[in-house]
Parts: sequence; C-alpha cells; structure tokens
Amino acid sequence: MGVTLDLFAALAPEGAWTVSEVTRQARAVVEAGLPPLWVRGEISGFKAWQSGHWYFALRDRASQIRCVMFQKDNRRLPAAPADGMQVFVFGRPTVWEDKGEFRLTVVELLSTERGGLWQLAFEKAKAALAKDGLLDPARKRPLPVHPWRIAVVTSPDGAALRDIIAVTRRRWPVAELLVVPTRVQGDGAEQSICDALALLGRIEGLDVAIVGRGGGSREDLWTFNSERIARAVAGAPVPVISAVGHETDVTLCDLVADHRAPTPSAAAEAATPDRSEVLAALARLGARLGRGLATRAERTGQRLERSFDRLAAAATRRLERHRHGLAALGGRLDALSPLRILERGYSVARDPDGRVLKRVAQFPPGRAFRLRVSDGEVAARVPES
Amino acid sequence: MPGEPSFAEQLERLEEIVRRLEAEDLDLDDALRLFEEGVERLRQARERLAAAEAKVKQVVADHAGNLRVEDFDG
Repeated sequence: MGVTLDLFAALAPEGAWTVSEVTRQARAVVEAGLPPLWVRGEISGFKAWQSGHWYFALRDRASQIRCVMFQKDNRRLPAAPADGMQVFVFGRPTVWEDKGEFRLTVVELLSTERGGLWQLAFEKAKAALAKDGLLDPARKRPLPVHPWRIAVVTSPDGAALRDIIAVTRRRWPVAELLVVPTRVQGDGAEQSICDALALLGRIEGLDVAIVGRGGGSREDLWTFNSERIARAVAGAPVPVISAVGHETDVTLCDLVADHRAPTPSAAAEAATPDRSEVLAALARLGARLGRGLATRAERTGQRLERSFDRLAAAATRRLERHRHGLAALGGRLDALSPLRILERGYSVARDPDGRVLKRVAQFPPGRAFRLRVSDGEVAARVPES
Repeated sequence: MPGEPSFAEQLERLEEIVRRLEAEDLDLDDALRLFEEGVERLRQARERLAAAEAKVKQVVADHAGNLRVEDFDG
C-alpha cells in the first residue's frame, strides 16, 4: 500500500503525460513515420453516414485498420463498396486523437475485382432498370423517317454539337435543330441532363432527340451511366438516339435509348435521311405516276379502238348488203331500160322538140317527127292525107 | 414547319395513288383525277425539301420555367 503511495509520490505530477499529449505525440510519430501509402485489404463493417462520410475497416487474416473516407473524396466514386470486397486504398495513416485510434484517412479507393466499383454501380443500376422493363428491346421505338424538328441535348460548345449540325446540314437541311444546352460532365451534369430531357415534352412538333457528348475518359462519360438519366431517356416523349462518344463501352443511357449511335455524327446520320435519296425516291414515284396514267390511257385507247373496229365492221357489212341490193336493182333497172324495149322491136316517136308522141291526135297530116329505134334515129313524116 | 398533312402522310398517299394507277382498272376520268392529285402532292413534297440550310435554335428555360426558342450562334 505504502509502496503504491510511494510510487505516486516518487513521480512528479508534472512528469506525467496527459492523454492529449500522448495521442498528439502518437499522431506526430505516425504521420512522420508512415507517408501516404497504398494499402490492400478487404472491406468490413462499411457504413455511410448521413454526412456523406464513409467509415469502414480494412482487414486481412490477422489485422485490421479503421478507415474513413470523407464525402469530398468519395463523391467521385460511382458507388459505395460492399463488405467483403477486395480493394486498394490510398490513404494517410494517422491517429485520431479524440478516440486515440489509429486510422487511415482514405482519399482513393479502387476495387480489385473486375471493373471495380464502376462495374458494381453499373450492374446495380442496370438491374434496377431491367426490373422495370426499361431494357426490353420491344420498348424501342422506331425513328421517324423524315424528321422536321430534332432536339439535341448536349453541351452547347462541344464538338458533338458541331458534328451533329454539320451532318444534318449535309444530309437533311430541311430539319430544324433545337439545342437543349446541358452540362455533360462533372458536378451537376446528371441533374442538368435530367432537366434538359424533361424539357423535351414541352417542345412542340418534336420528332426525335439526340442525347450525348463527344469522347472522353471513362470518368467523363460516367455521367451517362446514371440511372436517373436512363429513366429520363426512357420517359422521353419522342424516340431518343444516344450518342456517348465511346465505341467500346456501352452506357446505361445507350441501353435505354431507342437507338444507340457510336458517335454524335453517327447519331445525326441515324436521325436523318439523305435529301438527295428522298428526292430520287420522289422522282421515281413521279415516273411511275406518269407511266401509270399512260398505261391507263393506252388501255382506254385500245378499248376505243376495239369499239371503233366493231363499228367499222358493222358499217362495212351494211354497205355490202346495200351493194348487193343495188346490183339487183341495177338488173331490174336494166330490164326496164327503154333501149331494151327498142331492141325488142318497139320504137319511140318524138316531135322535133323531143316530146314523145303517144296518141294518134299528135300525128296530123304532114307532121314531121323522129323515130327512135334500137340503133339510132330516123326522120319521118305523116303523109298529107 | 411540321405541316398538315405530314410529309410521311403525303408520301403514303402518293404511293397509294401510284399503286392504284398501276394496278386498278380505272376509268380514264378517275385515272386523270388520281394523276392530277399525285402531281400536286409531288410538287408539295418537293417544295418541302427545298430549304437551303438547317436552322439551329436553342431552347432556354427561364427561372419561371417558361420555354423560349432563340437563335443559336455556336
């Protein structure tokens, strides 16, 4: 007992360290001795706080380290890691003085599993979309063949918009392009794109919309894997062409859109017909129209011709009949001809004026007259009594 | 200028006219009427394809949520 008291007495009170002094010293030693480093381990006891900060432990078979990843650092990640996930973290070892705890302040976190957190986030959102039927190919709407108003949801000063304008002017200059300006990467891009997509329903006479951006890093393009954007695309009132400038990675926006184009230029090509082809098709229709009418007229002509032929044939037959009749008539007329009668021995007497003398009274004595016989005329006179 | 009837309807009607002219045994009168309609629709369709350059505009929503369409100079 006394020993104990002695022990306390032997130590000058001012020689004892306070808790704060020890933890401060430990922190200084740890931070000086262990520079920021990469640590490999398995996530355990993950918890995301209301503040947005993440707390978890990193462990291997024998040990574990408490970790914190602040909201300003973790918001760049597409998804939170899950317990049991193998990860690399880059962090600064330190001692939290208020708890006297050795910890790692994590500023970067990579999953070692295939595709990592990005893949995890992607698969999660994709599953949610699939569950609601939004990935069903039967949902996809056909693009209009001849669009007059095309909305373009993209950055107003990006290369994507310039490409879309150039292609549309070349192929289908009759269309009107309506730019719906939006951010396409970084903070606020997701909200901005959702807002722009929500405007589409209020644009009158809209035929089709293109949503997208030019190429960029995976992180730049990640916005287009947002489940919210995918749902906004699915809810658009007109068919949507997605053009997120990356040939290999397919975004959720691509999967939900009615048509996926690998580049903004390709999106404009998909949205528009080639005017010269449409004009050529019109010309073909015009030619068929002309031929159709010509055929119709020809048929009518043929019909008329056939009618005419029948008419002519009928007329000819009638004519023939009449001709026979005339011949017979001619025969009869012939028989009645006075010449025939003269041949049979009769003769006709006429006065010098040519009047036929038919009665005795017309022959006074001394009357000169002419006698017509079958082969000529002779002069004659009635004797003077 | 999303017009009435739509370009697609115009084309559809044109094709129908051509098909009827080609296939049906029509009176010359009916054929002529169809032909004239076809020629008129063809003319209108060509007219609609005559625009010189695609117009580019920009849709802007103000704070009150009203939409405005402005010329775009990008």
